[in-house]
Amino acid sequence: MNTAEKIVSLEEKTVASVPAVSVKGVSKVYPGGVQALDNMTLDFPKGELISLLGPSGCGKTTLLKIIAGLIPATGGQVIVNGKPVEKPGDDRAFVFQDFALLPWATVLRNVAFGLELKGVARSEREEIAAKYINSVGLAGFEKSFPHELSGGMRQRVGLARALSMDADVLLMDEPFSAVDEQTRRKFQEDLIRLVDVEKKTFIVVTHSIEEAVYISDKIALLLPRPSRVSEIIKPDIRRDISSDAMRRDPAYLDTVERIWSSLRSYVE
Amino acid sequence: MKIFGINLPMMSSLIIWAVLWEIVGQLDLTILLPPLSSIVSKMFEIIPTATFLVALGETGRAFLIGTGAAIVIGVPVGILMGQSILIDRMLLPWVNMFLSAPLTALVPVLMILFGIGEKTVIITTVLFAIWIIVLDARAGVKQISPSLVEMANSFNASRWQSFRKIYIWAALPEILAGIRIGFIRAVKGVIIGQLLVSIVGFGRLFELYSANFLMEHFWAILLVLFFFAFSIAEALGALERRFSYYASSR
Repeated sequence: MNTAEKIVSLEEKTVASVPAVSVKGVSKVYPGGVQALDNMTLDFPKGELISLLGPSGCGKTTLLKIIAGLIPATGGQVIVNGKPVEKPGDDRAFVFQDFALLPWATVLRNVAFGLELKGVARSEREEIAAKYINSVGLAGFEKSFPHELSGGMRQRVGLARALSMDADVLLMDEPFSAVDEQTRRKFQEDLIRLVDVEKKTFIVVTHSIEEAVYISDKIALLLPRPSRVSEIIKPDIRRDISSDAMRRDPAYLDTVERIWSSLRSYVE
Repeated sequence: MKIFGINLPMMSSLIIWAVLWEIVGQLDLTILLPPLSSIVSKMFEIIPTATFLVALGETGRAFLIGTGAAIVIGVPVGILMGQSILIDRMLLPWVNMFLSAPLTALVPVLMILFGIGEKTVIITTVLFAIWIIVLDARAGVKQISPSLVEMANSFNASRWQSFRKIYIWAALPEILAGIRIGFIRAVKGVIIGQLLVSIVGFGRLFELYSANFLMEHFWAILLVLFFFAFSIAEALGALERRFSYYASSR
């Protein structure tokens, strides 16, 4: 095994710090009997970006939506900041795969929409929204409509909307899958910077191994049938080098290769 | 439209039919079809008269109240049907039945229930307009992207907030299409109501003119009515196009 990467077992990890999100024995059976999750246990440490990586059918999006409180678990519990999750709350914000923007509203209103639903006064919420529009690099597009923006820009709107809620945990469901390749790389770099600046916990569902290795502090590798956390991988990658150098770094390439060899047998 | 490489202006087909009408009318073949030119001049003769203006007021009033009620009731009912499977199962058979029912045959029953007066005319108008409005609002809600609903849920939106800030807007292109067709059906409804119930408004004029074989008058009123229905449909169509920019990206 390459020394540049380190495999952290679940037990080791839980003592490291108080987790922001704690998944305890969560199961999910969909109506009709499809078992999406079976007794899954997993901790997400504060202030880190953790990816849920796995082949389709491993229940990663289901797990994310249970953490969000969008769908109920059929067994087990999710604890966020010491409190069990029953429904969506201010401590979590969701970034959608297909952006989920209001097509009839401007960028400004879309970003402020979460605050609008919360009943924050217009001037206050628009001030907050403007700040985050700026921080995701969309300054000048406040009055644009979603259909006037590219896919990458639309997802930046989705991200700004989640950030403006000032939640502790950001849940991202394949945030870059509907974004073209060049935009995606730039976006990933921005996300890494954002994790540093915002001091929030990010949980990102992805099916791209390269993306997971590139952006994550830790990767939870999920496998299907029965769905389970197969291992937690900590990509030991130097963050102080340029992103291009990083993508050529042997440690990066080795981690990608190792994950692929774990997943290969599950891909038809 | 292009014929033999020549660009024809819009509504050129109307011009052809108008010319044909004029020729047949001038040939004096039947009393039913006077020349178009004399109908048009009769139209301008009738419009300023008190009889016409009173009829316009009566018909317009019943029409506006009827369509207003159809929208205010029909849109929320359609949205609720789109949202809730239970409500949908309960109401859909009735909506479909009334959509295709011969409502004219129902008018005498309405007269027994609501009396011979404006109330019955208005209810007839509502019954002509409302079903298509309900069905279109329902269709609009059915095609909302599930992630928009999920997004609202993720922000803990209340039912009322989702309704007001998501569903109405997301379904707006279909709602407007339903209202446009509903309005056209309501024109029919209000006249039929006025013909069968209390002989007032345009219904009375139609009755009066056709009974006395005043065909120029009769066609003139019909043209006015056609012009009204056409303008309403066009105005709503323009409104629909204003909102259709997002119909493809919901």
